[in-house]
Amino acid sequence: MAGSVEANAVGAVDRAVCVEWLQRVGDNALILGHRVSEWCGHAPALEEDIALANQALDLIGQCQLWLGLAAEVEGKGRTADQIAYLRDAGAFRNLLLVERPNGDFGQTLIRQFLFDAFHIALLRALTESSDPRVAGIAAKAVKEVAYHLERSADLVVRLGDGTAESHDRMQKALDLLFPYTGEMFTDDATDRAMAEAGIAPLPSRLKPEWDRTVADVLEEATLTQPGQVWQHGVKGQGGKTGVHSEYLGFILAEMQFLQRAYPGATW
Amino acid sequence: MYAQLVKSEGSKSREEMTPEELSFQDRIDRGEKVEPKEWMPEGYRKTLIRQIGQHAHSEIVGQLPEGNWITRAPTLERKAILLAKVQDEAGHGLYLYSAAETLGVSRDELMEKLHSGNMKYSSIFNYPTLTWADMGAVGWLVDGAAIMNQVPLQRTSYGPYSRAMIRICKEESFHQRQGYDIMMKMCAGTPEQKAMAQDALNRFWYPALMMFGPSDKDSIHSAQSMAWKIKMNTNDELRQKFVDQTVPQAKYLGLTVPDENLVWNEEKGGHDFSEPDWSEFFAVIAGNGPCNAERLGARVKAWDDGAWFREGLMAHADKAAARRIAAE
Amino acid sequence: MSSEWPLWEIFIRGQHGLNHRHVGSLHAPDAEMAIRNARDVYTRRNEGVSIWVVRSNDITASSPSEKGPLFDPSNSKVYRHPTFFDIPEEIGHM
Repeated sequence: MAGSVEANAVGAVDRAVCVEWLQRVGDNALILGHRVSEWCGHAPALEEDIALANQALDLIGQCQLWLGLAAEVEGKGRTADQIAYLRDAGAFRNLLLVERPNGDFGQTLIRQFLFDAFHIALLRALTESSDPRVAGIAAKAVKEVAYHLERSADLVVRLGDGTAESHDRMQKALDLLFPYTGEMFTDDATDRAMAEAGIAPLPSRLKPEWDRTVADVLEEATLTQPGQVWQHGVKGQGGKTGVHSEYLGFILAEMQFLQRAYPGATW
Repeated sequence: MYAQLVKSEGSKSREEMTPEELSFQDRIDRGEKVEPKEWMPEGYRKTLIRQIGQHAHSEIVGQLPEGNWITRAPTLERKAILLAKVQDEAGHGLYLYSAAETLGVSRDELMEKLHSGNMKYSSIFNYPTLTWADMGAVGWLVDGAAIMNQVPLQRTSYGPYSRAMIRICKEESFHQRQGYDIMMKMCAGTPEQKAMAQDALNRFWYPALMMFGPSDKDSIHSAQSMAWKIKMNTNDELRQKFVDQTVPQAKYLGLTVPDENLVWNEEKGGHDFSEPDWSEFFAVIAGNGPCNAERLGARVKAWDDGAWFREGLMAHADKAAARRIAAE
Repeated sequence: MSSEWPLWEIFIRGQHGLNHRHVGSLHAPDAEMAIRNARDVYTRRNEGVSIWVVRSNDITASSPSEKGPLFDPSNSKVYRHPTFFDIPEEIGHM
């Protein structure tokens, strides 16, 4: 890409901080896209199979852009692929929520909805980023994610207010995954530096919008908000800082297998 | 092919046909399309349901061997391409089920027949995909063979089937290319990659030839289906065409087709080649291929596990409709 | 109990202002989901800017057995086509 790093707002913060933050956004898309793609060929209806693949494709595309920018800002000649395929789990910066297993389809949908509601708030704010490259990626992604949220919210409502079984499964999925939502809104030094430079919003600032969206949808879905429950990963020991669940290691073992077994090969 | 060994109902001589059947056959001979709800011989309808259904089943079972590698694709771009490709297979299954549904059978009924083993899918998808090179070989050989069959089927006599094939062929044109592209990269890569590519060709060559089904030059089923224009070429014609097209492509890659008898026959203007082991083919069709249990098991599981989801959404739609009526 | 989603017919209007065109069918529990499914199934390659969905059961079709009386009579109305009239070349485009 043309233009030096200094020509962009990214120059206003430490390069390493910016790379750290870009990996957070990129890794969320990468890992969730990976999880969603696991459904391909196994979804409960053909139409749903196709819709999920579209969603996974959106997320993989976003990850390529975010990690591509991370590589560019880092300036060490790495590519998005190298960042995705050659880091160990401790270097990944995605939220714990997105690495949760697919579970039944209800868990997949609840995970998607809780993340989409956060993702849209984040991307909307990022469209006004002081860094034009960040704003540019966000402008593309925000349209995709608006559709993801429309779908996931609607399906949560329909299944919450569907049969007794579907209601029960959705409530269980919500109770299971709600403890992984707090991490989305924690602020740390990286977040504060990015916010001060006007590149990204403080995560905690996104909470009220997320709360509203979630409350509205859950009410319509006749589901009960779990309320003040234990939250994982909020004390600085979570996915954002590289302390993951056991699941991520297995995801990477699968995802990175070829790159690891045949180092340096071109595919 | 995707619809191998489809039994035709009927097969009557002109003398045996009723006046209705005669005029139906004349329409087909004139190249007219048959549309849903028009009169058609019961045998035509049943044969088509069987064939389109089997074709549709093959598309969705066909998602599995490649879907197997989506999470292991070696680059982000390859992951996206493979996912988009496998997603297309789901779409093609959907188009074909819709075409079958115009003949008075529901998609759920067809699914039920697949799950109970009463309907088949193509033998090719019962072979395992063991390496990344298999993604190349499947795209190149399996999609290549499928396209060979599907292009002429765009002119098939049944309107909805023909339209589905037109859409499928349009979308499928990238599938074979992406497979060949993987093979080119592997063959130009490290010795290990090249060996992987050769191994994939070795394993998929004969199963790909089997896709066209056993020789059917003397089959009365095939003769009837060809008279009805729901089968456009004999299995042997298509197999020959496939071999002639594929051999130079293998040569370009620097790969060896695993057939010692393969030789250009100037006189016939095509290659002589070895027949696949048909006893293996019949064993796979009968359920004894390397992956039959896994493939069908995965489909049944997806269906059973998804029942609450499909029912939940239907229940909500019914409730919402009732609420709307009550509010009016 | 049957929970099979009903079948819908999908019509898509492409980029260039042409009419909505029938592109195929799909299953969905209601109209709203049929539209979303149509977006995911039938516009994967940037094919459309507008979607109509109609329940397949709600479509009334002309009867195939009436094809003759319905459509043959227009065969003889050749004067409806511009090529019926010979216009001298020197008149130019008309």
